[in-house]
Amino acid sequence: MRSADFVRLILQSLSAAKLRSSLTALGIAVGICAVTLLTSLGEGVRDYVLTNFSQFGSRIIAINPGKTITGGMGGLLQTDRPLTLDDAEALTRLPHVTHVVPIVQGSGTVEAGGRTRSTDIIGANHAIHSAWQFDLALGRGLPADESGRSRSFAVLGHKLQQELFAGQNPLGQSIRVGGMRFRVVGVMAAKGQMLGFDLDDMVFIPVDKALMLFNRNGLMEIDVVFADSASTDKVLASIRKQLITRHGAEDFSLISQDDMLQSLDNILQVLTAAVAALGAISLLVGAVGIVTIMSTAVRERTSEIGLLSALGASQRQILLLFLAEAVALSFAGGIAGIAVAISLVLSLQLLLPALPLQLSLFYLSLSLLLSIAIGLAAGITPARQAAIMQPIAALRAE
Amino acid sequence: MIELHQLCRSFLLGDQAVKALDNINLSIRAGEYISVMGPSGSGKSTLLNMLGLLDAPDSGQYLLQGTDTTLLTDNERARFRRQHIGFVFQSYHLVPRLTAQENIELPLVLAGVPPQQRKPKVAAILAQLSLTERASHLPNQLSGGQRQRVAIGRAIVMQPQLLLADEPTGNLDSQSGLDVVNILEQLNQQGITLLVVTHDPALGQRARRRIRMVDGRIVADEQHSTAAGTLHA
Repeated sequence: MRSADFVRLILQSLSAAKLRSSLTALGIAVGICAVTLLTSLGEGVRDYVLTNFSQFGSRIIAINPGKTITGGMGGLLQTDRPLTLDDAEALTRLPHVTHVVPIVQGSGTVEAGGRTRSTDIIGANHAIHSAWQFDLALGRGLPADESGRSRSFAVLGHKLQQELFAGQNPLGQSIRVGGMRFRVVGVMAAKGQMLGFDLDDMVFIPVDKALMLFNRNGLMEIDVVFADSASTDKVLASIRKQLITRHGAEDFSLISQDDMLQSLDNILQVLTAAVAALGAISLLVGAVGIVTIMSTAVRERTSEIGLLSALGASQRQILLLFLAEAVALSFAGGIAGIAVAISLVLSLQLLLPALPLQLSLFYLSLSLLLSIAIGLAAGITPARQAAIMQPIAALRAE
Repeated sequence: MIELHQLCRSFLLGDQAVKALDNINLSIRAGEYISVMGPSGSGKSTLLNMLGLLDAPDSGQYLLQGTDTTLLTDNERARFRRQHIGFVFQSYHLVPRLTAQENIELPLVLAGVPPQQRKPKVAAILAQLSLTERASHLPNQLSGGQRQRVAIGRAIVMQPQLLLADEPTGNLDSQSGLDVVNILEQLNQQGITLLVVTHDPALGQRARRRIRMVDGRIVADEQHSTAAGTLHA
């Protein structure tokens, strides 16, 4: 049979029962729409979280004091050496390393001209601006002074600056951070929130001052940024070697941003797959609808099947005719479902721009393929029933 | 053209085997006009299905144009039906959603004949059966006689050698029945082998060769030089 004729026969028999065909396709459409919407949401969340985490750049390795191993004697007998400013200094000399940011973090009150505000205090060095992509809105960044002798300069987060100075020029003003005097030299550009952590409500001071302020003998973290040309593993290895040489043992932990993003990505992909599976339940219901309708059609059209075999249609032709009807129903449902899902996502993006929704071409084409597969799976049993029908029994059926 | 040797076919009716065809020997030459008559359950419809390759015998041999059809696969039988055999049923068996023209065209479509070759064939048949004006009507917009003419058109569009008609006038009033019979006989005069299964003696006696069946056996097989009597329902 010619394919144009084949398609015409299929469409003629589907349109002969318009209401029934469209209701059956609707079942699939709802399922495909649910799968598409839920995967869009999953992809959107994934995208949102990953962008949030990679806003500091992805070529960062974080070094924390202490080795995460379970067991041993516990904290009192811990012999970890603290990470020091000298360690950080030594790391800057490693190949491929472009920035090293020693970090101490704490909280305290910031006072300026009679106003006070409790806020996060970050001790870092001048490299933080390029390493973390913290751009300045005003003035200069943290001073690039020799370690241990930094001048008492502070950089304000965008929000903190507004709260303390309310539109006045803060540059050159004197503030107190946790009781120590600092001069404001710069203001960060607005950075927004990261997972509920307000990056703009902070004050940045030189790390050695922060060590003094919090009375600590070691850093909380050292962030190392490396050049694009080097592989993460290579840089990890050279950092590990350098620090073991300096400490005598591996009493620190290294986490690369790649690792973190990778494991986060894995979790979020599982999440997306899980919500897609939820949508697939409604798809299953739609598939049952196709099986029902096709079985009914085969029973109703028994005499037609008999006629077709009397006219010389082979079993294969009869099988294909009914199978193609099922696939056409399911494919039409798939197209309709995707169309509705796309328009829903687009209008949701207009109405609620904050909602993380991401249409993924991968999942869209997967849904379409899925609808075809469902048509095949749901149609094969009724189609086979039609094909193996005995022609005389079928002809007698009327 | 057709040779049946010792053909047997039985069905289970409840737990009892009924012999629908009991050692049938029959030979049919090309161009014959045959009627098969007999009471209900005498096996005449089974014989027709057997000749039309819609059913297979339990034992015996059926040679159609020299081919032993008992050895054919389902697909080969389908091809034989398509190329050599046309069916006309009592209840027409038209596809309700296809127009008269599309119903006649259906065997050509199934056989994969390209549209430009189908068009003239279908047009010629529509004209031959005086259905040209009804070409785009659906079956439920046609009278019984017109429906049966469409069914005949569909049966002959592949130009088969054998036309099998099962009670072709059974659902028709006498006038349209007569029209249908005239068409079938015309086709026979043009060379097609015609076999009509009927209850109606008037129809049966128009055939030159009359076969009578009882209990799965052929009890009479008479040859008449001319058609006797006229159709009166």
